[in-house]
Amino acid sequence: MVSSVKMDETKLVKSWDKKHLLGIRELSKDEIDIILDQARAFKEVLTRPVPKVPTLRGKTIASLFFESSTRTKLSFSLAAKRLSADSISLSSSSSSILKGESLIDTARNIRAMNVDIIIIRHSSSGVPYILSKVVDCSIVNAGDGTHEHPTQALLDIFTIKEHKDNIENLKVSIIGDIAHSRVARSNIWGLTKLGAKVTVCGPATLIPPKIEQMGVKVVYDIDEALEEADVVNVLRIQLERQQEGLFPSLREYTRFFGINKERLRKAKPGLLIMHPGPVNRGVELSQEVADMKKSNNMPYSVILDQVTNGIAVRMSVLYLVSICKSENGR
Amino acid sequence: MKDRKILLKKGHVVSFLSKIDKKRDILISNGEITDISENMKIKEDYEVIDVSGKFVIPALFDIHTHLRTPGREDKETFLSGAKAALKGGFTRICCMPNTDPPIDNAGLIRFIIEQSKKDDIVDILPIGAITKKREGKELAEMYDMKLSGAVGFSDDGFPVMNSGVMRRALEYAGMLGLPIITHSEDMGLSKGGHMNEGYISTILGIKGIPKEAEASMISRDIELSKMTGGHLHIAHVSCKESVDLVREAKKEGVNVTCETCPHYFSLTDEAVLGFNTNAKVNPPLRNKEDVEAIIEGLCDGTIDVIASDHAPHAIQEKEMEFDKAPFGMIGLELSLSLTITKLVKPGILNWGKLIQLMSVNPAKVVNQPVYDISKGSQANLVVVDIKEWISNKESFYSLSYNTPFLNKSLLGVVDYVFSKGRLLLNNGEITAE
Repeated sequence: MVSSVKMDETKLVKSWDKKHLLGIRELSKDEIDIILDQARAFKEVLTRPVPKVPTLRGKTIASLFFESSTRTKLSFSLAAKRLSADSISLSSSSSSILKGESLIDTARNIRAMNVDIIIIRHSSSGVPYILSKVVDCSIVNAGDGTHEHPTQALLDIFTIKEHKDNIENLKVSIIGDIAHSRVARSNIWGLTKLGAKVTVCGPATLIPPKIEQMGVKVVYDIDEALEEADVVNVLRIQLERQQEGLFPSLREYTRFFGINKERLRKAKPGLLIMHPGPVNRGVELSQEVADMKKSNNMPYSVILDQVTNGIAVRMSVLYLVSICKSENGR
Repeated sequence: MKDRKILLKKGHVVSFLSKIDKKRDILISNGEITDISENMKIKEDYEVIDVSGKFVIPALFDIHTHLRTPGREDKETFLSGAKAALKGGFTRICCMPNTDPPIDNAGLIRFIIEQSKKDDIVDILPIGAITKKREGKELAEMYDMKLSGAVGFSDDGFPVMNSGVMRRALEYAGMLGLPIITHSEDMGLSKGGHMNEGYISTILGIKGIPKEAEASMISRDIELSKMTGGHLHIAHVSCKESVDLVREAKKEGVNVTCETCPHYFSLTDEAVLGFNTNAKVNPPLRNKEDVEAIIEGLCDGTIDVIASDHAPHAIQEKEMEFDKAPFGMIGLELSLSLTITKLVKPGILNWGKLIQLMSVNPAKVVNQPVYDISKGSQANLVVVDIKEWISNKESFYSLSYNTPFLNKSLLGVVDYVFSKGRLLLNNGEITAE
């Protein structure tokens, strides 16, 4: 097994003081850069014949997924394995939550098994924060309600950096159901901290109040959002929102906010098309656009690159939270 | 008991009705105030209590508490609630009917009054439900409840969404001369919300409750009060828009009164940051401009009453996902301190105004006698020391300690309480049995 990972340990250990990864809002620009730099080193590991390092050997990681997930769950699971950690996982459908055990008790019991890191996904905003106050191991947020999805934003930014020279002044448009999107919130925090210009676009009913105060521009015209963008991050629209009365129909949504080839005619050359998945093909993205390959300065999709990068980014996060010495780091 | 003469020495006595605002000695003989004067001579049979540097004010009245009985006696009982009230300077409290079962009939009203008399610590005056089971559909038996001792009606916790039902309630209660106390919230606008709608709810990803949910309902209720002439008392006013509506209605002569709670002039929605479920309350904590408007409303008389909306919850219910935790915070033992700390000490309100808001007006809203400190009246008074204390869970008589003011430094400790002539809180200790 190859053990050398290129990293400047002393610099990292010195400057990194976060025991948890709860949200991007709490991170500084430098901390985001540390995670991304470290992820780059781990990405190299993943290209090796034996894509594994002993970095977290002896550490135990528990994944609690109280909401369905494909990408994030497998990605974290692989990240833990690539770091040689022992990992266990639990989902709500098979846990004692169904017997009425509280979330906090569940977490305390898991901690009592001497787990070092708890990775949690939950449908209620704030759950990782609440757990971080009641258990003393590291908590990594894998998506909480409509609040934050920090590792998604980090892998999005990591992917953007692979394709664009500089994040500063880059124009990123986030399209769709901003109000219910933790991906949007985490991306806005991360991108604005790194100096990007972020625009959000969607039906007025899916734009949360006072979002301008987060430092973004709000537009309701998809063409306007696409025209100036260097990167477009398209969010999944959920059918439940129609039932809640937030937009009239998927048909109308697709007509006014869906992205197809025709809409991209005026787009900048080399526009990056991103999506956190799962994609509703034919709704927010047409089949063609979702699969656009890089060629001749045309817009192109990096949706699968995002997935690949997710593993390296999550390895970086798991590694960093595990080296934190501070007790009250957040 | 035979002759008992208690002399409160050198306190700063403030009474709204008798217009006292001076250092005075008060002599209480067998429960009656027999003398108020300067430098009273101490006689041999006097029990002397030195209250120099402390304030002596009429006993307070909290018209909005939740005592959780019957149904959730683990959160509060009549006894624990009464002790908490006494420690907070209240000798009379109203309890809301959102219990299990709800207090919507004369039998339950009598049950509360009998329990209150048995414990004999503070007077618990029940508020009956407006509608049967608080369902907002059929009027509850208000006349019967009045005869058993109900002092007002409310479906608190829920609004009466059906305007037709609300109209009839105001007409019927108006006939009885009792107030309808409204929990003003348009549930179409507030549905699924857990905190104030605004920037903080957006960044926390928590669905918001807009101010308009409160203001639009208050607007409706004012129209219905105007139409029927019934006394409308608006509970827990939290935002500027509501204060403005009530101010206008009062100018027009509408039969409307309203209350706010200490948290609405002490905190903003930023208290929720970090997903603090102890700051989860309904109506929710609003913005700075609302806090300012509430304070303005208190100063100019638009807001009549400071009520606690004391809402005890079990710790395991609050140590929960934010969207699953119940609304509410305790207040009986914090209201007076918060009012002193946030309003009196900074010079926004004087003691006379505090007495109006926490003693005189509350009594008037529910048609009860107003307590005064005057010669010949029964001793119903409170001695407050403006000293600092730190609230912590051990400091409460309440069975619950859900409050965003936990471990905060506050001013104002109640040292002595006389209720109906009896010394029930003596040097901070409850002496009632």
